[in-house]
Amino acid sequence: MATTQQIVDRCQELYDDLNFTAAREWKEGAPGRKVVGFMPLYVPCEIIHAAGMLPIGVLGGGDQLEVIQGDAYYQSYICRIPRSTIELGLTKRLDFVDGMLFPSICDVIRNLSGMWKLMFPDTYVRYFDVPQTYRDDVAGVFYIQEMKELREGLEELGGRKITDEQIRASIAVYNENRRLVRAVYALRAKVPWKVPSSEVYLVMRAGMLIPVEEHNKILADYIAAAEAQDRPMRDNCRVVISGAFCEQPPLNLIKSIELSGCYVVDDDFMLVNRWLTRDVPTEGDPLEALSHAFLHYSQSTSPKYEENVDEKGMHLVRSVEQNGAEGVIFAAPSFCDPALLDRPMLENMLDAHNIPYIGFKYAENSGQMQPIREQAGTFSDSIKLWSEQ
Amino acid sequence: MNATPTKPARPAKAPIEAVKDRSMLKQKAMIAGHYDRLTSAHEQGRKVVSTFVPGNLNELIMCFDLINNTPETNAIQSGMRKQSGGFITEAEKHGHSEDVCTYVKSDLGMMLKGNIAPNGKPYPNPDLLLLSYTGCFTFMKWFELLREQYKCETAMLHIPYQGDGKVTQNMRDYVVKQLKEQIIPTMERVSGVKFDIDRLREHLRNSAKAENDLVWVLQSAKNRPSPIDAYFGGIYYIGPIFTAFRGTSDAIEYYDLLRGEIAERVAAGKGPVTPEGDMGEEKYRLVVEGPPNYTHFRDFWKMFYDEGAVVVASTYTKVGGTYDFGFRHDADHPLETLADYCMGCYTNRNLPQRVEMIENYMSEYQADGLLINSIKSCNSFSAGQLLMLREVERRTGKPGAFIETDLVDPRYFSPANVKNRLESYFQMIDQKRKGAKTEAAA
Repeated sequence: MATTQQIVDRCQELYDDLNFTAAREWKEGAPGRKVVGFMPLYVPCEIIHAAGMLPIGVLGGGDQLEVIQGDAYYQSYICRIPRSTIELGLTKRLDFVDGMLFPSICDVIRNLSGMWKLMFPDTYVRYFDVPQTYRDDVAGVFYIQEMKELREGLEELGGRKITDEQIRASIAVYNENRRLVRAVYALRAKVPWKVPSSEVYLVMRAGMLIPVEEHNKILADYIAAAEAQDRPMRDNCRVVISGAFCEQPPLNLIKSIELSGCYVVDDDFMLVNRWLTRDVPTEGDPLEALSHAFLHYSQSTSPKYEENVDEKGMHLVRSVEQNGAEGVIFAAPSFCDPALLDRPMLENMLDAHNIPYIGFKYAENSGQMQPIREQAGTFSDSIKLWSEQ
Repeated sequence: MNATPTKPARPAKAPIEAVKDRSMLKQKAMIAGHYDRLTSAHEQGRKVVSTFVPGNLNELIMCFDLINNTPETNAIQSGMRKQSGGFITEAEKHGHSEDVCTYVKSDLGMMLKGNIAPNGKPYPNPDLLLLSYTGCFTFMKWFELLREQYKCETAMLHIPYQGDGKVTQNMRDYVVKQLKEQIIPTMERVSGVKFDIDRLREHLRNSAKAENDLVWVLQSAKNRPSPIDAYFGGIYYIGPIFTAFRGTSDAIEYYDLLRGEIAERVAAGKGPVTPEGDMGEEKYRLVVEGPPNYTHFRDFWKMFYDEGAVVVASTYTKVGGTYDFGFRHDADHPLETLADYCMGCYTNRNLPQRVEMIENYMSEYQADGLLINSIKSCNSFSAGQLLMLREVERRTGKPGAFIETDLVDPRYFSPANVKNRLESYFQMIDQKRKGAKTEAAA
């Protein structure tokens, strides 16, 4: 059985590789293979998978990519993920990617879809709109048609039809992935000292870069290895991290939060792999099934409209309750409209439920972690010393 | 005792009186009347709906006798009246990030400070928030924030984005279905008024008449000299049609009056009217992309007309509706036309469409260059503008320039920097012209 260290080393290798070697090798593995990149927050990877293509998450350049050309495309008041993504494109690190999907998440990513069309005219580019209303007979009809258009676009790109049967089979594989992802998160919430968040992050991030079947094996192996490994339990407080769903925090930031005395028991990093909160049915019309799941069983998060005012922020309250957390850390990228506009409303809901919180901003290339460590450490100490719970 | 000699008093500089045309007086009266109707709405037994300028469904709103209130216009009013800075600071004190849209913060800060309208009376609380989510992500969060404060009913109209540069039947059907099954029933319930499609058709017919005249006015800038400034002046021209007057007889009268005045200017070979009277010689013809700064609106405009620069076309004047490529509200297809209107608003168009639009303006309006006023607050406009600039320069061979300000946050308007950039830009255009002449002579 592989050890956690061996598994995490492999995931770290994938994470550090800004040339996407694993995806390149997959593509070269057989003639005619195609790779489709997607940006946060969510795309139905099942359709890409059913087309025989490899979906990969393009989540920015992190803290190891020097952004030179990308900065020339953005003003100082725009977040970092689009500039590092352009840098990846211009430096030919994404030259093997045949298609790019830009989901509806914010105006910056939305406009990046048009930039990509202008800058990389040979790539299949699609802005993937998702509904912000949730009735099956209204929004569902629209969304199913959007997925059909995506399916047709991929059929043209791949030169072959995508059958319903193939999509149903892909849904089954992704259901397995979602179950395993949920299992890792549940294990971390139960025994966070055995499942450090910096490891969980790398294990999840690997899933953005390799075939889902391979990722399923990594997840299963990791669960087994983590359960088997004895690690000391520390006197840490338990926190939920919120706001990091798009531009990803540097790994050091996650490590710093942990080192400052916090066990992260829930987070919203890379929501794509647990966007749908239940298994998607593998019978019937697969697009209808994906649509129904999106409309009724998907995560609550800032880029999504909350229809019910009383529900605004309740996903965080529930996460705190269900995962036994003692507080929330709002960690959002600088200039992130969805997260930062949402934060006061989420804070109000936490106040109403007497849940403590702190907040700070980061960029994917933030290097100075001392202030974060001090802030998170003080938060952790205050909970441990003064909490009534 | 010797009397201390007093310095002779400097003659006071006479304030420059803005020259008012009849259309300006008409618009002023319309706006004043609107604020009076709005602030007395509840006393008069009327209901109020807050909605946004892009995707503003005024014709539909009027079918339910609701009074339209647009928070962006309120923020603009606060900016022009030098109040927005204080409002923004107030909102930031209450936990709103310095990184986010200042329209939102100005609006929320104004609420915290009493929510006073330009006529000195408090704005009424809205009875309905009609969230027409058109071309701007922030709108969604803005209305969630307002809903938290007002605790009133909210209707969400999701407008799909033209990601592929076109409106598909699926997109249109989705909007129409939302109107039929969600928006109209909610408006009926809130207002207590039954929907009458013939009333909607009548308003739509009125809209189309006013839209014809608006387009004529904006396209008059193809003349040399241009009789209008299509950015600074254009903002006044779009005022009625982008806010509470589209579909009204008032709007028809206003645009008819305006068209008559501009026709007279064309016939007389006159340039635009500025706050200091007729503009002097037209030296530079520009296309401008992006919203203006409102906290220093007149100072900003003066930097242009003092140098003989006139804006002949702007994209901002298309943010509440793009009419110059043929779209008119169509009474024969009332709900479909509302859908097409929303989806056609400028920031709901993708970047290649926006570039193409500017490229067309550059040639059709014989512009010397493209100026981008990049707004710190507005990612919907601003993200991608540096690529747009390069692309338009590449396609047209005309020089471009880039300045940065903000809509209503005075902290982001640096007059010296902006003026310096503009002067350099005008010199660049001169150089380019000299180069072209030399080339032609050779």
